[in-house]
Amino acid sequence: MSLFEPSTLEVSGISAESSVGEAISTRSNIFEMTQLAESAVLRPLEYGMFPHDVRAALAYRIAARAGESRLAEYYAASVGDKFNLAESTMIEGEPESTLIPFVDKAANATRDIVAEDISKLKAVGVSDADIVRLCELIAFVAYQVRVALGLRLMNGGA
Amino acid sequence: MSKVLHKFTRKVPKWRPRVQPVKLDDATLDQLDALQVTPSNTKVSEYVLTLAHDVESLKVRSPLFNAIMYDKGGMSRTERELGAIAASMVNRCVYCAAVHADRHAKLSNSTEVTDKLLARGFHAELSPRDAAIFNFARKLSESPPQANADDVEALQKVGLKDDEILDLILSTSLFGWANRLMHVLGDPMQQDEEA
Repeated sequence: MSLFEPSTLEVSGISAESSVGEAISTRSNIFEMTQLAESAVLRPLEYGMFPHDVRAALAYRIAARAGESRLAEYYAASVGDKFNLAESTMIEGEPESTLIPFVDKAANATRDIVAEDISKLKAVGVSDADIVRLCELIAFVAYQVRVALGLRLMNGGA
Repeated sequence: MSKVLHKFTRKVPKWRPRVQPVKLDDATLDQLDALQVTPSNTKVSEYVLTLAHDVESLKVRSPLFNAIMYDKGGMSRTERELGAIAASMVNRCVYCAAVHADRHAKLSNSTEVTDKLLARGFHAELSPRDAAIFNFARKLSESPPQANADDVEALQKVGLKDDEILDLILSTSLFGWANRLMHVLGDPMQQDEEA
């Protein structure tokens, strides 16, 4: 894998020859670890109640709502028939419409999260381990969205 | 009666999880292995034990965190902390803001910058360089992110080179990640009440 294959760099449109590319090459370990983190969060062996296609759909949703269209497109390719999660208000089979509102709030209104938001997840049967898995997914994509935007801005993009 | 802290402080609170952390005695071999990659393996924090529910993420996150915040070259550690503080203030992660305000004060041997931030928040009057850094980090941390080309230009105008701007993007974004774990999965509690 070359340095510029990790998805976070690809979606930023940075080339190795640019001055930004030079700066990135000094932090190649960080971009390699970011790619490992993406695999761990989006495509884990132990996925709990969130299979890979649901994770991709949620990542798509978070990236799209943050305005990161290239990152969203990247995740759309792995979504399969869960694509409607991007606009849906609930996950199929979910006892109540709880998960999607939580994803949106934790991703986009983090400051407003309160203990009750976690209690609601527990009340509909989401296990502690699955709550942590979901938060890791939301948190990683929020990181990736901001790295992608930051790099694009450095590269002269909007 | 609630002991949860809602105001920003430099005194590091205790973190109380909202889910049941993994019990060390019940941890799987994979979880034990992941817990060893944390900075301290003599006393594992409640936070790390909570994250041990997702072993695969925990294993990769700790070394990535250390690389972004501590690797040599590029932006100074003090200024990377400023990015972490800005993100934590935007996301109202009182725990993260306290830890990194404390680190900023120790690394710079001064409480001047964090005193201003604690007193006036986003209206704090900082030096031109700190103000450009804090403003970029604050706007990158908003949801959706608000940082734009003018903000990058402002960083360049106060003398930041590409490698420093890259480190600022990474440290700020990393705290977008950390805040969404720390602030979402637990509460910051007054330390003295737990002693």
